[in-house]
Amino acid sequence: MESIVDLQRLRKTFGPIVAVDEVSFTVGRGEVLGFLGPNGAGKSTTMKMITGFLTPTGGTVKVNGFDSQEQPLEAKKSLGYLPEGAPAYAEMTPLSFLLFVGEMRGFRGKELHRRVAETMTKVNLEGVSNQPIDTLSKGFKRRVGLAQAILHDPSVLILDEPTDGLDPNQKHEVRELIKTMAREKAIILSTHVLEEVHAVCTRAMIIAKGKVITDGTPAELEARSRWHNAVILRLRGPLPDDVLVVLEGVPGVKRVEVIEEGKTEHEYRILPKDGQPIISAVSQCVHRQDWDVVGLSVDRGHLDQVFRSLTMPAQALT
Amino acid sequence: MGRIGVIFKRELIGYFATPIAAVFIIIFLMLAGVFTFYLGDFFARGQADLIPFFDFHPWLYLVLVPALAMRLWAEERREGTIELLFTLPVTLWEAVAGKFLAAWCFTGIALALTFPMWITVNILGEPDNGVILASYLGSFFMAGGFMAIGSCMSALTKNQVIAFVVSVVVGIAFVLSGYPMVLDVFSGWAPQFLLELLSSFSFLTHFNALSRGVIDVRDLVYFLSLIGFWLFATALVLEWKKAE
Repeated sequence: MESIVDLQRLRKTFGPIVAVDEVSFTVGRGEVLGFLGPNGAGKSTTMKMITGFLTPTGGTVKVNGFDSQEQPLEAKKSLGYLPEGAPAYAEMTPLSFLLFVGEMRGFRGKELHRRVAETMTKVNLEGVSNQPIDTLSKGFKRRVGLAQAILHDPSVLILDEPTDGLDPNQKHEVRELIKTMAREKAIILSTHVLEEVHAVCTRAMIIAKGKVITDGTPAELEARSRWHNAVILRLRGPLPDDVLVVLEGVPGVKRVEVIEEGKTEHEYRILPKDGQPIISAVSQCVHRQDWDVVGLSVDRGHLDQVFRSLTMPAQALT
Repeated sequence: MGRIGVIFKRELIGYFATPIAAVFIIIFLMLAGVFTFYLGDFFARGQADLIPFFDFHPWLYLVLVPALAMRLWAEERREGTIELLFTLPVTLWEAVAGKFLAAWCFTGIALALTFPMWITVNILGEPDNGVILASYLGSFFMAGGFMAIGSCMSALTKNQVIAFVVSVVVGIAFVLSGYPMVLDVFSGWAPQFLLELLSSFSFLTHFNALSRGVIDVRDLVYFLSLIGFWLFATALVLEWKKAE
């Protein structure tokens, strides 16, 4: 795979504080990389160095083969960036703002107006194109930010919390937009919303204290959850007292947790040994016992749990 | 149009898209009038020149130009648009120059709108219009000097009030260094070259020469190098404080 973003031993210190500590990775065309990590982990700082806004203390960033420090203008040309909070010149209208960004990116005349019009259609801004940006709702402001980032059809998109503060419908729209652009671009986005990783990312990276802790597909990340391949079983009606003993006796089962013990319905989480699939064994056992099954499903694992265990190991189990 | 031009255009239009333009121009014209007619005794002097008008310009600029300059970078930093600007394919120098030129040009517009003063004096008498033109030129360059100082102070902080106050203080230093109240402290004991050096840094020394009708290249070079110096400092400060 062709790598368009290339970070080598990237480092940034602010006085005594090490914000980014020797981070190296590459991102290729067609990849959507999700940056996860607690606040202050160095996500934004890393992104700002990729965009060339911040000067690295050490290491290199290459965008489309151009070094962000040695050929900053070339690197910036193939890059679109949505800063955190989607800042824009408040007194301008989306139209005048996008025309300004387009002109700064070297477009003139018909080409400029065509690009601005197309981009506004893409992010649904036509209705508010002549209202001052500071009178717009959060969702529209975010779209203005996205529009300026994709106006020049860059091969690299850096999006710092693109869906933060949006309502569920707006989140969905932004994610769909990212997905439609994903094929021909390399996209790096940061998020606190773990479901977003499933929704749009092909790759997820957890960063804490300036270091990359894990890097893999969302599924690989989930597999590190202790609930990965666990079976959730919901039963109805009076049950024998030894139900837990029976379930723990199923081959491959490590432990059984009670999720809910109701009057009529009971729910259990059956944890496997070493994350092996146990659904068929459990289902055969339930069948033999002739219990009244209401629900039976496999847990793929929980990203938030993985996130917690990797970023705050001491408190993960509580 | 280059990138400096694109930034220049956006900034200049920006002044007129907000109440800043109207408020600044009205206050500037009002104060210029008040100073000239009341403090400067324009009529009672009985002379057909604009000396009472131009004499107050350093003091007018001292307060009004920092008010305009304080938002140049402090606002970009506070709103986060500085990140947007510097991730566009633009050099630091182009951005600093574009924004400065727009602000300077805006003060030029305000200055040009004092033309009724020039018309008045031409109706009342027969002034030396060459002197007046030289004074306007000097005044415009001096405004640029104040603006460049303000630009640098604005780059230092997110807080516009701080930017304003510090610009005024630095401005005072540059104005007063040629004034008798400062020079008198030094004269008598300090060597002559020190006195000359001190007053050669003053806005007043150079502005007074221009406003008496003497267009000396050295005075213009003084203001231009002053502007260059402070803009260079602006770029350095921006690079240094980007991360904050």
